[in-house]
Amino acid sequence: MVKRIIILLVIVFFAIIIFPLLKVDPTDSLSSLATKYIRDGADELGSANLVTSIVVTYRGLDTLGEVAVLFIATAGVGFLLRKKKNSSANKRRKSSEILSSGTSFLVPIIFLFGVYIFTHGHLTPGGGFQGGVVIASGVLLLMLSDVSLKFNHFLLSAIESFSGFFYIIIGILGLFLAGGFLDNRIFSLGTFGNIFSAGAIPIIYSLLGIKVGSELVGILGNLRDSE
Amino acid sequence: MITIIVIVLGLIMIIAAFLAIYQKNLVAAVISAGVISLLASILYLLLAAPDVAMTEAAIGSGLTTVVFLYAISKIKKKDGE
Repeated sequence: MVKRIIILLVIVFFAIIIFPLLKVDPTDSLSSLATKYIRDGADELGSANLVTSIVVTYRGLDTLGEVAVLFIATAGVGFLLRKKKNSSANKRRKSSEILSSGTSFLVPIIFLFGVYIFTHGHLTPGGGFQGGVVIASGVLLLMLSDVSLKFNHFLLSAIESFSGFFYIIIGILGLFLAGGFLDNRIFSLGTFGNIFSAGAIPIIYSLLGIKVGSELVGILGNLRDSE
Repeated sequence: MITIIVIVLGLIMIIAAFLAIYQKNLVAAVISAGVISLLASILYLLLAAPDVAMTEAAIGSGLTTVVFLYAISKIKKKDGE
């Protein structure tokens, strides 16, 4: 009985907190910071996708934090599930003909799409995270169709570490050559809307895509291979 | 028109959420949790946030579902021994 009353009180408390938010209409007007981003963002950073210029440059430190969170999650999964089973592949059922044919047709397209997403992050929606996740889902399809697929975990972690390392290096270069940490103006901004534009954003997003993709593939591989 | 689609999507999401909680079959519960993410990604797309929609569709309904399914199969294997 007491439990129910406490639950009811918590719900009422949250309702009181959340109810005033209903009156706020975010499409009504922009805050001064958002107005500044929208007015100056394209001219300052040369990125056609405003979301990208906010995520990679204006809020680049937050993105670095997110990458660190993902890295720690991968490290935790790898640490907890490190025990390897030796003869795991033999016991599993072979995948069906439809799945294996569909996989061999789809996986190259999925990989290409993932690479497209992170190299065009400054022009079209998407970016490093999205592209990396799309590549990881392609690897997942490979894992489902070929049960004896082996991963080189050393290579995966080497790729992941190097892309993270170069990401930080580019960030520090921005400190010396441009306005601050992770500033994209260390290279010329190029023509607005071209693929080689927006300074360091395509490079940063490609590194992020490779890093996120290899991390997620590592998580999936650890989950499958663990005892 | 868009309002109707949003309302229908929201209703299906709520139903899927209840299914995910009260379903006895764990695999079906995980899949209905994935359905919530898939519909949420459509909702983000309608609300003009394609960046978020991509992430939600790939992580929420793809990878998270698979991670949960792997975990369930591991737990069942442990129970069977």
